[in-house]
Amino acid sequence: MHGTLNLVGYGLSAIGPAIATGMIFAAYISGVARQPEARSVLQPIAFLGFALAEALALFGLVLAFVLK
Amino acid sequence: MGECVNSIQFAAGPGFQPPSTSDFNLPPAFGHSLYATKPIFLVFLSVILISAFFIASSRKAAVVPGKFQFAGEMIYGFVRNNIGEEIIGHDFMRFVPFLFTLFTFVITNNVFGIVPFLQFPAMSHVSFPYVLAIFSFIVFHWVGIKKQGLGKYLKGIAFMPGVPKAVYVLLTPIEIATFFLVRPLTLSLRLFANMFAGHLLLLVFITGGDYMLHDPHLFMKILSPFSFAFGIGMSFFEFMVQCLQAYIITLLTALFIAGALADEH
Repeated sequence: MHGTLNLVGYGLSAIGPAIATGMIFAAYISGVARQPEARSVLQPIAFLGFALAEALALFGLVLAFVLK
Repeated sequence: MGECVNSIQFAAGPGFQPPSTSDFNLPPAFGHSLYATKPIFLVFLSVILISAFFIASSRKAAVVPGKFQFAGEMIYGFVRNNIGEEIIGHDFMRFVPFLFTLFTFVITNNVFGIVPFLQFPAMSHVSFPYVLAIFSFIVFHWVGIKKQGLGKYLKGIAFMPGVPKAVYVLLTPIEIATFFLVRPLTLSLRLFANMFAGHLLLLVFITGGDYMLHDPHLFMKILSPFSFAFGIGMSFFEFMVQCLQAYIITLLTALFIAGALADEH
């Protein structure tokens, strides 16, 4: 078996954004469950937070390909 | 980016060439012209499709909409109400054409990634998201400068009001980098990396299934339909991601515009 440790590193680095994404949507779901009429206010905030957290994982992915 | 790719042979058995970044460099469609490639044609096709769809859906606009008109109005209404009005607030109608164009352009080019025979998201070439991010960058800075004047706008970015003076040592470089570097870069790289990763994911399952089908071992042949099934399942997941990314790039652009329009950040 041969390959690069980049991908292992990327797998490790994806843990952080994964937890972050889970927490963001957990907060969004519980917010909507408590106050369903707040959905339209919370939705952009939730997706913005998701996008920011996910960006980190995707930068990791790009760097895993770019760096040797 | 091209050479490092062959090193990714982790899970693959001997002989299987896993899909790599070089799979995104498609050969020229006609002759040897570097400019006549598949993504470029897809972008042109998307513009034609979007124009045709919305002209057709609004040409015979009636008070009681037909199915076609209803579909067009639903997309337009989503961008206008859920993104434009809710994020930018009053005076949002000025930006709806830009946001709407951005949304439809990105979503069409993204969904090309799973449309049979086209099957290539143009946004997985980083140059297209870069251009979109440059547009967004120009628009939100232009709007802010026009609203507040150049000096006041830059001052608002660099020296956020209501912060102790000593904090500016840290905050000013971060804020300047955020507005002029991080924002356009993340906007484009997010879209690019999502489409890139999604296309690569589909390639892994489909080419993997194809390889297993042609493997001499019967066991591999039996398992190959699972790989194809996973590829089909992932296509639906990709459809969700593609729509979500179009929503997110439009949402973020609207947020940037709203931030530039606000009197203080």
